[in-house]
Amino acid sequence: MTQATRIKITDVSKIYQSDTKTVEAVKNFSESVQDGEFVCVVGASGCGKTTLLWCLSGLHPATSGTVHIDGELLTKPLPDRIGMVFQDSNLLPWRTLMENIELPFQIKKKPVNRELVDELLEVAGLKGFENSYPGELSGGMKQRGSIVRALAQDPEVLLMDEPFGALDAFTREEMNLFLLKVWERTKKTIVFVTHSISEAIFLADRVWVMSPRPGRLSRIVDVDFPRPRHIDLQFEPKFIEILKSIREDVEGSKSGKGN
Amino acid sequence: MATDNLADKIPDFNSSAGPQGGGPVDVTAIASIRRAKGLKEILSVLALAVVVVTLLEFILIWSHTEAYVFPKPTSIIRSLFTDFPTLYLKPLRQTVQTFFLGLIIGSTVGLSLAVLVTLKPGLDIFISPYIIILVTTPMVALIPFLMLKFGFGMTPRVIAISLATGPMVMINSATGFRRTNAELIALGKSYGATEFQLFRKIRFPFALPMIIVGFMVGSIFGLLTAVGAEMVGGGMGLGNRLIYFSSLVQMSQFGAVLVIVATFGVGIYSFFTFVNRKWASWDV
Ligand SMILES: Nc1ncnc2c1ncn2[C@@H]1O[C@H](COP(=O)(O)OP(=O)(O)OP(=O)(O)O)[C@@H](O)[C@H]1O
Ligand SMILES: [Mg+2]
Repeated sequence: MTQATRIKITDVSKIYQSDTKTVEAVKNFSESVQDGEFVCVVGASGCGKTTLLWCLSGLHPATSGTVHIDGELLTKPLPDRIGMVFQDSNLLPWRTLMENIELPFQIKKKPVNRELVDELLEVAGLKGFENSYPGELSGGMKQRGSIVRALAQDPEVLLMDEPFGALDAFTREEMNLFLLKVWERTKKTIVFVTHSISEAIFLADRVWVMSPRPGRLSRIVDVDFPRPRHIDLQFEPKFIEILKSIREDVEGSKSGKGN
Repeated sequence: MATDNLADKIPDFNSSAGPQGGGPVDVTAIASIRRAKGLKEILSVLALAVVVVTLLEFILIWSHTEAYVFPKPTSIIRSLFTDFPTLYLKPLRQTVQTFFLGLIIGSTVGLSLAVLVTLKPGLDIFISPYIIILVTTPMVALIPFLMLKFGFGMTPRVIAISLATGPMVMINSATGFRRTNAELIALGKSYGATEFQLFRKIRFPFALPMIIVGFMVGSIFGLLTAVGAEMVGGGMGLGNRLIYFSSLVQMSQFGAVLVIVATFGVGIYSFFTFVNRKWASWDV
Protein backbone atom coordinates (compact mmCIF):
# COMPACT_ATOMS: atom_id res chain seq x y z
CA MET A 1 0.00 0.00 0.00
CA THR A 2 1.31 3.44 -0.82
CA GLN A 3 -0.17 5.89 1.61
CA ALA A 4 0.95 9.35 2.59
CA THR A 5 2.18 9.89 6.11
CA ARG A 6 -0.08 12.46 7.77
CA ILE A 7 1.46 12.65 11.20
CA LYS A 8 5.06 11.82 11.91
CA ILE A 9 6.10 11.72 15.55
CA THR A 10 9.84 11.61 16.09
CA ASP A 11 11.32 10.92 19.50
CA VAL A 12 8.81 13.12 21.33
CA SER A 13 9.31 13.59 25.07
CA LYS A 14 7.33 15.79 27.38
CA ILE A 15 8.56 16.59 30.85
CA TYR A 16 6.45 18.54 33.34
CA GLN A 17 8.55 20.45 35.76
CA SER A 18 7.16 21.89 38.97
CA ASP A 19 8.90 23.15 42.11
CA THR A 20 8.59 19.84 43.87
CA LYS A 21 8.87 17.21 41.16
CA THR A 22 9.54 16.32 37.58
CA VAL A 23 7.16 14.09 35.64
CA GLU A 24 8.22 12.40 32.43
CA ALA A 25 4.73 12.27 30.95
CA VAL A 26 5.83 11.06 27.51
CA LYS A 27 9.21 9.58 26.67
CA ASN A 28 10.89 8.90 23.32
CA PHE A 29 7.67 8.43 21.43
CA SER A 30 8.11 7.72 17.71
CA GLU A 31 5.36 6.61 15.35
CA SER A 32 3.48 7.70 12.27
CA VAL A 33 -0.14 7.92 11.29
CA GLN A 34 -1.08 7.32 7.67
CA ASP A 35 -3.57 9.39 5.73
CA GLY A 36 -7.12 8.26 6.51
CA GLU A 37 -6.03 5.99 9.29
CA PHE A 38 -7.96 5.52 12.53
CA VAL A 39 -5.55 5.15 15.45
CA CYS A 40 -6.65 4.60 19.04
CA VAL A 41 -4.40 5.26 22.03
CA VAL A 42 -5.01 3.24 25.18
CA GLY A 43 -3.19 2.99 28.48
CA ALA A 44 -3.63 3.26 32.21
CA SER A 45 -4.79 6.53 33.69
CA GLY A 46 -1.97 9.03 33.91
CA CYS A 47 0.24 7.27 31.36
CA GLY A 48 0.48 10.35 29.14
CA LYS A 49 -2.26 9.89 26.53
CA THR A 50 -3.64 13.39 26.86
CA THR A 51 -0.15 14.84 26.93
CA LEU A 52 0.71 13.04 23.69
CA LEU A 53 -2.46 14.29 22.02
CA TRP A 54 -1.77 17.88 23.07
CA CYS A 55 1.72 17.59 21.61
CA LEU A 56 0.11 16.51 18.33
CA SER A 57 -2.31 19.44 18.42
CA GLY A 58 0.40 22.08 18.49
CA LEU A 59 -1.19 23.61 21.61
CA HIS A 60 1.48 22.25 23.77
CA PRO A 61 5.04 21.94 22.50
CA ALA A 62 7.03 18.82 23.30
CA THR A 63 10.07 19.19 25.54
CA SER A 64 12.11 17.46 22.88
CA GLY A 65 11.46 15.69 19.61
CA THR A 66 9.35 16.80 16.67
CA VAL A 67 5.92 16.37 15.16
CA HIS A 68 5.44 16.78 11.43
CA ILE A 69 2.04 17.21 9.81
CA ASP A 70 2.19 16.44 6.07
CA GLY A 71 5.93 16.82 6.27
CA GLU A 72 5.70 20.23 7.89
CA LEU A 73 7.15 20.86 11.36
CA LEU A 74 4.38 21.59 13.88
CA THR A 75 5.04 24.68 16.01
CA LYS A 76 1.56 26.07 16.69
CA PRO A 77 -2.08 25.02 16.31
CA LEU A 78 -3.15 24.51 12.69
CA PRO A 79 -6.80 25.55 12.80
CA ASP A 80 -7.47 24.60 9.19
CA ARG A 81 -5.87 21.19 9.31
CA ILE A 82 -6.27 19.85 12.83
CA GLY A 83 -9.54 19.60 14.76
CA MET A 84 -9.73 18.85 18.47
CA VAL A 85 -12.55 17.12 20.32
CA PHE A 86 -12.31 17.15 24.09
CA GLN A 87 -13.59 14.91 26.84
CA ASP A 88 -16.19 17.51 27.78
CA SER A 89 -18.26 18.56 24.83
CA ASN A 90 -16.99 22.09 25.47
CA LEU A 91 -20.01 23.70 23.89
CA LEU A 92 -20.33 27.28 25.12
CA PRO A 93 -23.45 27.26 27.30
CA TRP A 94 -24.50 30.79 26.31
CA ARG A 95 -24.60 29.92 22.62
CA THR A 96 -27.10 27.73 20.81
CA LEU A 97 -25.88 24.60 19.07
CA MET A 98 -25.76 26.42 15.73
CA GLU A 99 -23.94 29.41 17.25
CA ASN A 100 -21.44 26.98 18.73
CA ILE A 101 -20.84 25.40 15.36
CA GLU A 102 -20.41 28.89 13.91
CA LEU A 103 -17.83 29.93 16.54
CA PRO A 104 -14.74 28.59 14.71
CA PHE A 105 -15.91 30.26 11.50
CA GLN A 106 -16.24 33.56 13.38
CA ILE A 107 -12.80 33.17 14.91
CA LYS A 108 -11.33 32.50 11.46
CA LYS A 109 -13.47 35.28 9.96
CA LYS A 110 -14.76 32.91 7.29
CA PRO A 111 -18.29 32.45 5.99
CA VAL A 112 -20.11 29.46 7.48
CA ASN A 113 -20.10 26.45 5.18
CA ARG A 114 -23.88 25.94 5.37
CA GLU A 115 -23.94 22.91 3.11
CA LEU A 116 -21.38 20.96 5.10
CA VAL A 117 -22.88 21.98 8.45
CA ASP A 118 -26.32 20.87 7.25
CA GLU A 119 -25.03 17.55 6.07
CA LEU A 120 -23.15 16.93 9.32
CA LEU A 121 -26.16 17.86 11.45
CA GLU A 122 -28.21 15.41 9.42
CA VAL A 123 -25.72 12.57 9.96
CA ALA A 124 -25.43 13.44 13.64
CA GLY A 125 -29.21 13.35 14.06
CA LEU A 126 -29.18 16.91 15.36
CA LYS A 127 -31.53 18.39 12.77
CA GLY A 128 -34.16 20.43 14.58
CA PHE A 129 -31.90 21.16 17.55
CA GLU A 130 -29.91 23.99 15.94
CA ASN A 131 -31.50 26.57 18.22
CA SER A 132 -31.27 24.57 21.42
CA TYR A 133 -28.86 25.58 24.13
CA PRO A 134 -26.36 22.94 25.33
CA GLY A 135 -28.23 22.82 28.66
CA GLU A 136 -31.22 21.48 26.74
CA LEU A 137 -29.32 18.67 25.01
CA SER A 138 -28.43 15.20 26.29
CA GLY A 139 -24.81 14.22 26.91
CA GLY A 140 -24.65 12.23 23.68
CA MET A 141 -26.18 15.05 21.65
CA LYS A 142 -23.66 17.52 23.09
CA GLN A 143 -20.77 15.23 22.13
CA ARG A 144 -22.15 14.81 18.62
CA GLY A 145 -22.51 18.59 18.48
CA SER A 146 -18.88 19.09 19.40
CA ILE A 147 -17.82 16.58 16.75
CA VAL A 148 -19.94 18.40 14.18
CA ARG A 149 -18.27 21.66 15.25
CA ALA A 150 -14.83 20.15 14.65
CA LEU A 151 -15.77 18.44 11.36
CA ALA A 152 -17.45 21.57 9.99
CA GLN A 153 -13.94 23.05 9.69
CA ASP A 154 -13.15 20.13 7.39
CA PRO A 155 -9.79 19.39 9.03
CA GLU A 156 -7.57 16.65 7.67
CA VAL A 157 -6.77 15.39 11.13
CA LEU A 158 -9.14 14.86 14.05
CA LEU A 159 -7.64 14.52 17.53
CA MET A 160 -10.10 13.17 20.08
CA ASP A 161 -9.43 12.90 23.82
CA GLU A 162 -11.84 10.43 25.43
CA PRO A 163 -14.79 12.14 23.75
CA PHE A 164 -17.24 9.48 24.93
CA GLY A 165 -15.70 8.87 28.35
CA ALA A 166 -18.55 10.48 30.24
CA LEU A 167 -21.35 8.62 28.45
CA ASP A 168 -23.18 5.48 29.47
CA ALA A 169 -22.43 2.20 27.69
CA PHE A 170 -25.42 2.31 25.31
CA THR A 171 -24.93 5.89 24.24
CA ARG A 172 -21.27 5.14 23.84
CA GLU A 173 -21.94 2.30 21.38
CA GLU A 174 -24.27 4.56 19.47
CA MET A 175 -21.61 7.26 19.33
CA ASN A 176 -19.01 4.77 18.15
CA LEU A 177 -21.25 3.75 15.27
CA PHE A 178 -21.89 7.41 14.48
CA LEU A 179 -18.18 8.17 14.48
CA LEU A 180 -17.40 5.23 12.19
CA LYS A 181 -20.17 6.32 9.84
CA VAL A 182 -18.72 9.82 9.66
CA TRP A 183 -15.20 8.51 9.29
CA GLU A 184 -16.07 6.09 6.51
CA ARG A 185 -17.74 8.95 4.69
CA THR A 186 -15.03 11.58 5.17
CA LYS A 187 -11.89 9.45 5.53
CA LYS A 188 -10.31 11.80 8.03
CA THR A 189 -7.17 10.83 9.85
CA ILE A 190 -8.19 10.22 13.44
CA VAL A 191 -6.17 9.84 16.64
CA PHE A 192 -8.57 8.79 19.36
CA VAL A 193 -7.62 8.51 23.04
CA THR A 194 -9.70 6.24 25.23
CA HIS A 195 -9.74 4.37 28.51
CA SER A 196 -11.81 1.61 27.01
CA ILE A 197 -9.83 -1.11 25.29
CA SER A 198 -12.90 -2.57 23.61
CA GLU A 199 -13.84 0.83 22.24
CA ALA A 200 -10.32 1.13 20.85
CA ILE A 201 -10.42 -2.25 19.14
CA PHE A 202 -13.89 -1.64 17.78
CA LEU A 203 -12.93 1.68 16.20
CA ALA A 204 -9.30 1.44 15.21
CA ASP A 205 -7.15 0.28 12.36
CA ARG A 206 -4.30 0.26 14.84
CA VAL A 207 -4.17 0.51 18.61
CA TRP A 208 -1.22 2.14 20.33
CA VAL A 209 -0.74 0.77 23.82
CA MET A 210 1.10 3.06 26.22
CA SER A 211 2.83 2.18 29.46
CA PRO A 212 3.09 4.73 32.27
CA ARG A 213 5.89 6.59 34.02
CA PRO A 214 7.53 7.40 31.75
CA GLY A 215 4.80 7.28 29.10
CA ARG A 216 6.11 5.12 26.30
CA LEU A 217 4.65 3.36 23.32
CA SER A 218 4.81 -0.23 24.53
CA ARG A 219 2.99 -2.05 21.75
CA ILE A 220 1.15 -1.54 18.49
CA VAL A 221 -1.77 -3.83 17.67
CA ASP A 222 -3.11 -4.09 14.12
CA VAL A 223 -6.85 -4.54 14.06
CA ASP A 224 -8.00 -5.81 10.68
CA PHE A 225 -11.65 -6.62 11.17
CA PRO A 226 -13.51 -5.78 7.98
CA ARG A 227 -15.50 -2.58 7.75
CA PRO A 228 -18.22 -1.50 8.14
CA ARG A 229 -18.11 -3.07 11.57
CA HIS A 230 -21.13 -4.31 13.44
CA ILE A 231 -21.64 -3.74 17.14
CA ASP A 232 -21.75 -7.51 17.73
CA LEU A 233 -18.11 -7.66 16.72
CA GLN A 234 -17.22 -7.28 20.39
CA PHE A 235 -18.55 -10.77 21.12
CA GLU A 236 -16.38 -12.54 18.54
CA PRO A 237 -13.60 -14.77 19.90
CA LYS A 238 -10.90 -12.96 17.96
CA PHE A 239 -12.03 -9.61 19.33
CA ILE A 240 -12.00 -10.96 22.88
CA GLU A 241 -8.57 -12.46 22.34
CA ILE A 242 -7.12 -9.10 21.30
CA LEU A 243 -8.93 -7.43 24.18
CA LYS A 244 -7.40 -9.83 26.68
CA SER A 245 -3.90 -9.44 25.41
CA ILE A 246 -4.02 -5.64 25.42
CA ARG A 247 -5.60 -5.70 28.84
CA GLU A 248 -2.78 -7.84 30.19
CA ASP A 249 -0.31 -5.33 28.77
CA VAL A 250 -2.00 -2.37 30.38
CA GLU A 251 -2.51 -4.08 33.74
CA GLY A 252 0.97 -5.55 33.70
CA SER A 253 2.64 -2.24 33.02
CA LYS A 254 0.66 -0.70 35.86
CA SER A 255 1.63 -3.19 38.57
CA GLY A 256 5.05 -3.92 37.08
CA LYS A 257 6.19 -0.39 37.79
CA GLY A 258 5.10 -0.71 41.40
CA ASN A 259 2.97 2.37 41.21
CA MET B 1 6.30 32.35 20.23
CA ALA B 2 2.63 32.35 21.08
CA THR B 3 2.55 28.71 22.04
CA ASP B 4 5.38 28.97 24.56
CA ASN B 5 3.40 30.51 27.37
CA LEU B 6 0.83 27.75 27.02
CA ALA B 7 3.35 25.09 27.64
CA ASP B 8 2.74 23.94 31.12
CA LYS B 9 -0.49 25.46 32.24
CA ILE B 10 -2.93 24.08 29.75
CA PRO B 11 -3.10 20.36 30.48
CA ASP B 12 -4.05 21.08 34.03
CA PHE B 13 -7.71 21.33 33.03
CA ASN B 14 -8.78 18.72 35.54
CA SER B 15 -8.28 21.20 38.33
CA SER B 16 -10.06 24.14 36.75
CA ALA B 17 -12.79 25.08 39.16
CA GLY B 18 -16.33 25.32 37.93
CA PRO B 19 -18.50 28.34 38.69
CA GLN B 20 -19.16 26.91 42.13
CA GLY B 21 -15.62 27.24 43.53
CA GLY B 22 -15.11 29.98 46.11
CA GLY B 23 -13.11 33.09 45.28
CA PRO B 24 -10.95 35.12 47.63
CA VAL B 25 -13.86 37.28 48.69
CA ASP B 26 -17.04 35.49 47.81
CA VAL B 27 -20.06 37.68 48.26
CA THR B 28 -22.08 36.07 45.52
CA ALA B 29 -24.76 34.45 47.62
CA ILE B 30 -26.87 37.58 47.53
CA ALA B 31 -27.47 36.97 43.84
CA SER B 32 -29.12 33.63 44.46
CA ILE B 33 -31.75 34.54 47.04
CA ARG B 34 -35.02 32.91 46.04
CA ARG B 35 -37.67 35.29 44.83
CA ALA B 36 -41.44 35.04 44.79
CA LYS B 37 -42.71 33.72 41.48
CA GLY B 38 -46.17 33.95 40.04
CA LEU B 39 -49.08 36.19 40.96
CA LYS B 40 -50.14 34.13 43.95
CA GLU B 41 -46.74 34.19 45.65
CA ILE B 42 -46.21 37.87 44.92
CA LEU B 43 -49.68 38.76 46.27
CA SER B 44 -49.13 36.79 49.45
CA VAL B 45 -45.74 38.46 50.02
CA LEU B 46 -47.37 41.89 49.52
CA ALA B 47 -50.27 40.98 51.78
CA LEU B 48 -47.88 40.00 54.56
CA ALA B 49 -46.04 43.34 54.17
CA VAL B 50 -49.31 45.23 54.49
CA VAL B 51 -50.22 43.21 57.58
CA VAL B 52 -46.82 43.90 59.18
CA VAL B 53 -47.01 47.64 58.51
CA THR B 54 -50.61 47.85 59.72
CA LEU B 55 -49.78 45.87 62.83
CA LEU B 56 -46.87 48.23 63.53
CA GLU B 57 -49.20 51.19 63.15
CA PHE B 58 -51.71 49.78 65.65
CA ILE B 59 -49.06 48.76 68.16
CA LEU B 60 -47.70 52.32 68.05
CA ILE B 61 -51.23 53.72 68.56
CA TRP B 62 -52.15 51.31 71.37
CA SER B 63 -48.89 51.81 73.23
CA HIS B 64 -49.19 55.62 72.92
CA THR B 65 -45.66 55.78 71.50
CA GLU B 66 -44.71 59.39 70.77
CA ALA B 67 -43.68 60.28 67.23
CA TYR B 68 -40.19 61.31 68.39
CA VAL B 69 -39.62 57.82 69.77
CA PHE B 70 -40.93 55.91 66.78
CA PRO B 71 -42.83 57.50 63.84
CA LYS B 72 -46.05 55.85 62.65
CA PRO B 73 -45.94 54.25 59.20
CA THR B 74 -48.86 56.45 58.08
CA SER B 75 -47.06 59.63 59.03
CA ILE B 76 -43.98 58.51 57.08
CA ILE B 77 -46.09 57.68 54.05
CA ARG B 78 -47.91 61.02 54.31
CA SER B 79 -44.63 62.91 54.52
CA LEU B 80 -43.27 60.97 51.53
CA PHE B 81 -46.18 62.06 49.37
CA THR B 82 -46.62 65.65 50.55
CA ASP B 83 -42.99 66.66 51.17
CA PHE B 84 -41.28 64.80 48.34
CA PRO B 85 -40.70 67.75 45.95
CA THR B 86 -39.72 70.18 48.71
CA LEU B 87 -37.74 68.08 51.16
CA TYR B 88 -36.46 64.95 49.46
CA LEU B 89 -36.06 65.46 45.70
CA LYS B 90 -32.92 67.61 45.85
CA PRO B 91 -30.95 65.45 48.33
CA LEU B 92 -32.03 62.35 46.39
CA ARG B 93 -30.70 63.86 43.20
CA GLN B 94 -27.40 64.72 44.91
CA THR B 95 -26.97 61.21 46.27
CA VAL B 96 -27.90 59.62 42.93
CA GLN B 97 -25.39 61.84 41.15
CA THR B 98 -22.43 61.11 43.40
CA PHE B 99 -23.36 57.44 43.52
CA PHE B 100 -23.43 56.98 39.76
CA LEU B 101 -20.32 59.05 39.17
CA GLY B 102 -18.45 56.96 41.75
CA LEU B 103 -19.87 53.72 40.39
CA ILE B 104 -18.90 54.53 36.80
CA ILE B 105 -15.35 55.56 37.70
CA GLY B 106 -14.85 52.72 40.19
CA SER B 107 -16.26 49.97 38.00
CA THR B 108 -14.38 51.13 34.91
CA VAL B 109 -11.08 51.06 36.78
CA GLY B 110 -12.03 47.79 38.52
CA LEU B 111 -12.99 46.03 35.31
CA SER B 112 -9.86 47.26 33.51
CA LEU B 113 -7.66 46.04 36.35
CA ALA B 114 -9.40 42.67 36.21
CA VAL B 115 -8.66 42.41 32.48
CA LEU B 116 -5.06 43.46 33.06
CA VAL B 117 -4.54 40.90 35.81
CA THR B 118 -6.05 38.20 33.60
CA LEU B 119 -3.83 38.98 30.63
CA LYS B 120 -0.72 39.41 32.77
CA PRO B 121 -1.19 36.80 35.53
CA GLY B 122 2.07 37.75 37.28
CA LEU B 123 0.65 41.14 38.24
CA ASP B 124 -2.05 39.95 40.57
CA ILE B 125 0.28 39.26 43.50
CA PHE B 126 1.17 42.96 43.47
CA ILE B 127 -2.37 44.23 43.11
CA SER B 128 -4.24 41.83 45.41
CA PRO B 129 -2.96 43.18 48.75
CA TYR B 130 -4.32 46.64 47.97
CA ILE B 131 -7.59 45.21 46.73
CA ILE B 132 -8.00 43.19 49.93
CA ILE B 133 -7.26 46.27 52.03
CA LEU B 134 -9.74 48.35 50.04
CA VAL B 135 -12.45 45.70 50.23
CA THR B 136 -12.10 45.14 53.94
CA THR B 137 -11.69 48.76 55.08
CA PRO B 138 -14.88 50.83 55.24
CA MET B 139 -14.25 53.65 52.79
CA VAL B 140 -16.37 56.04 54.86
CA ALA B 141 -13.36 56.17 57.17
CA LEU B 142 -11.47 58.06 54.47
CA ILE B 143 -14.02 60.84 54.21
CA PRO B 144 -12.62 63.20 56.88
CA PHE B 145 -9.18 62.95 55.30
CA LEU B 146 -10.50 63.35 51.74
CA MET B 147 -12.49 66.40 52.81
CA LEU B 148 -9.34 68.08 54.08
CA LYS B 149 -7.78 67.51 50.68
CA PHE B 150 -10.70 68.09 48.31
CA GLY B 151 -13.11 70.29 50.24
CA PHE B 152 -16.78 69.74 50.95
CA GLY B 153 -18.03 69.30 47.38
CA MET B 154 -18.81 66.09 45.54
CA THR B 155 -15.19 65.09 44.94
CA PRO B 156 -14.30 63.37 48.24
CA ARG B 157 -17.51 61.33 48.16
CA VAL B 158 -17.08 60.30 44.54
CA ILE B 159 -13.56 59.15 45.36
CA ALA B 160 -14.75 57.15 48.36
CA ILE B 161 -17.57 55.54 46.36
CA SER B 162 -15.16 54.63 43.54
CA LEU B 163 -12.83 53.06 46.07
CA ALA B 164 -15.73 51.11 47.54
CA THR B 165 -17.17 49.83 44.24
CA GLY B 166 -14.03 49.35 42.14
CA PRO B 167 -12.35 46.59 44.17
CA MET B 168 -15.61 44.62 44.38
CA VAL B 169 -16.07 44.76 40.63
CA MET B 170 -12.40 43.92 40.16
CA ILE B 171 -12.31 40.92 42.50
CA ASN B 172 -15.45 39.34 41.13
CA SER B 173 -14.58 39.97 37.49
CA ALA B 174 -11.02 38.73 37.89
CA THR B 175 -12.32 35.60 39.60
CA GLY B 176 -14.81 35.12 36.77
CA PHE B 177 -12.11 35.53 34.12
CA ARG B 178 -9.74 33.22 35.94
CA ARG B 179 -12.33 30.49 36.41
CA THR B 180 -12.86 30.24 32.68
CA ASN B 181 -12.52 26.58 31.86
CA ALA B 182 -8.99 25.95 30.52
CA GLU B 183 -10.38 23.49 27.97
CA LEU B 184 -12.59 26.23 26.53
CA ILE B 185 -9.52 28.44 26.16
CA ALA B 186 -7.69 25.55 24.52
CA LEU B 187 -10.65 25.07 22.21
CA GLY B 188 -10.43 28.69 21.12
CA LYS B 189 -6.69 28.43 20.60
CA SER B 190 -7.07 25.27 18.55
CA TYR B 191 -9.17 27.36 16.16
CA GLY B 192 -6.43 29.98 16.06
CA ALA B 193 -8.17 32.59 18.22
CA THR B 194 -6.15 35.66 19.16
CA GLU B 195 -5.87 36.74 22.78
CA PHE B 196 -8.49 39.41 22.08
CA GLN B 197 -10.88 36.95 20.45
CA LEU B 198 -10.46 34.57 23.38
CA PHE B 199 -11.40 37.41 25.67
CA ARG B 200 -14.39 38.59 23.71
CA LYS B 201 -15.85 35.25 22.71
CA ILE B 202 -14.96 33.03 25.66
CA ARG B 203 -13.56 34.67 28.78
CA PHE B 204 -15.91 37.63 28.94
CA PRO B 205 -19.20 35.79 28.37
CA PHE B 206 -18.02 33.07 30.74
CA ALA B 207 -17.27 35.63 33.44
CA LEU B 208 -20.38 37.74 32.84
CA PRO B 209 -22.47 36.25 35.68
CA MET B 210 -19.62 36.95 38.11
CA ILE B 211 -19.11 40.44 36.69
CA ILE B 212 -22.78 41.24 37.21
CA VAL B 213 -22.59 40.00 40.79
CA GLY B 214 -19.49 42.19 41.25
CA PHE B 215 -21.45 45.20 40.02
CA MET B 216 -24.35 44.36 42.30
CA VAL B 217 -22.28 43.96 45.44
CA GLY B 218 -20.07 46.90 44.45
CA SER B 219 -23.12 49.12 43.99
CA ILE B 220 -24.50 48.14 47.38
CA PHE B 221 -21.12 48.95 48.96
CA GLY B 222 -21.17 52.18 46.96
CA LEU B 223 -24.57 53.22 48.28
CA LEU B 224 -23.44 52.42 51.80
CA THR B 225 -20.40 54.64 51.30
CA ALA B 226 -22.42 57.40 49.64
CA VAL B 227 -24.95 57.70 52.45
CA GLY B 228 -22.34 57.20 55.15
CA ALA B 229 -20.10 59.87 53.66
CA GLU B 230 -22.99 62.32 53.48
CA MET B 231 -23.63 61.70 57.16
CA VAL B 232 -20.03 62.64 57.98
CA GLY B 233 -20.20 66.06 56.42
CA GLY B 234 -20.61 68.21 53.35
CA GLY B 235 -24.23 69.27 53.79
CA MET B 236 -25.56 67.34 50.82
CA GLY B 237 -27.59 64.27 49.99
CA LEU B 238 -29.86 61.80 51.76
CA GLY B 239 -27.28 60.93 54.43
CA ASN B 240 -27.09 64.55 55.45
CA ARG B 241 -30.90 64.68 55.68
CA LEU B 242 -30.87 61.68 58.04
CA ILE B 243 -28.60 63.57 60.43
CA TYR B 244 -30.55 66.78 59.97
CA PHE B 245 -34.03 65.38 60.65
CA SER B 246 -32.92 63.24 63.56
CA SER B 247 -31.21 66.21 65.19
CA LEU B 248 -34.50 68.11 64.92
CA VAL B 249 -36.34 65.00 66.12
CA GLN B 250 -38.53 65.12 62.98
CA MET B 251 -38.90 61.39 62.96
CA SER B 252 -41.56 61.12 60.24
CA GLN B 253 -39.23 62.91 57.83
CA PHE B 254 -36.33 60.84 59.08
CA GLY B 255 -38.38 57.70 58.37
CA ALA B 256 -39.28 58.98 54.91
CA VAL B 257 -35.59 59.49 54.02
CA LEU B 258 -34.83 56.03 55.34
CA VAL B 259 -37.54 54.57 53.11
CA ILE B 260 -36.07 56.39 50.10
CA VAL B 261 -32.56 55.06 50.86
CA ALA B 262 -33.92 51.53 51.29
CA THR B 263 -35.87 51.78 48.02
CA PHE B 264 -32.69 52.90 46.29
CA GLY B 265 -30.85 49.85 47.65
CA VAL B 266 -33.58 47.42 46.71
CA GLY B 267 -33.72 49.11 43.30
CA ILE B 268 -30.02 48.38 42.75
CA TYR B 269 -30.55 44.77 43.77
CA SER B 270 -33.58 44.33 41.52
CA PHE B 271 -31.88 45.95 38.56
CA PHE B 272 -28.86 43.67 38.65
CA THR B 273 -31.01 40.63 39.33
CA PHE B 274 -32.94 41.51 36.19
CA VAL B 275 -29.73 42.01 34.20
CA ASN B 276 -28.42 38.71 35.49
CA ARG B 277 -31.53 36.86 34.39
CA LYS B 278 -31.51 38.55 31.02
CA TRP B 279 -27.83 38.15 30.11
CA ALA B 280 -26.53 35.29 32.18
CA SER B 281 -29.45 32.94 32.48
CA TRP B 282 -27.36 29.99 31.28
CA ASP B 283 -25.47 30.00 34.56
CA VAL B 284 -27.83 28.17 36.91
N1 LIG C 1 0.23 20.33 33.81
C1 LIG C 1 0.85 19.30 34.36
N2 LIG C 1 1.84 19.51 35.27
C2 LIG C 1 2.48 18.48 35.84
N3 LIG C 1 2.22 17.21 35.58
C3 LIG C 1 1.27 16.91 34.69
C4 LIG C 1 0.52 17.95 34.03
N4 LIG C 1 -0.38 17.36 33.21
C5 LIG C 1 -0.20 16.05 33.35
N5 LIG C 1 0.79 15.76 34.22
C6 LIG C 1 1.28 14.44 34.60
O1 LIG C 1 1.67 13.77 33.43
C7 LIG C 1 1.28 12.43 33.47
C8 LIG C 1 0.44 12.12 32.24
O2 LIG C 1 -0.77 12.87 32.29
P1 LIG C 1 -1.87 12.76 31.16
O3 LIG C 1 -2.95 13.70 31.50
O4 LIG C 1 -1.23 12.91 29.83
O5 LIG C 1 -2.35 11.25 31.36
P2 LIG C 1 -3.55 10.48 30.65
O6 LIG C 1 -2.99 9.25 30.10
O7 LIG C 1 -4.28 11.38 29.72
O8 LIG C 1 -4.45 10.14 31.90
P3 LIG C 1 -6.04 9.94 31.93
O9 LIG C 1 -6.30 8.65 31.24
O10 LIG C 1 -6.34 9.84 33.39
O11 LIG C 1 -6.65 11.11 31.27
C9 LIG C 1 0.54 12.22 34.78
O12 LIG C 1 1.41 11.60 35.68
C10 LIG C 1 0.20 13.60 35.24
O13 LIG C 1 0.26 13.66 36.61
MG1 LIG D 1 -6.28 12.19 29.69
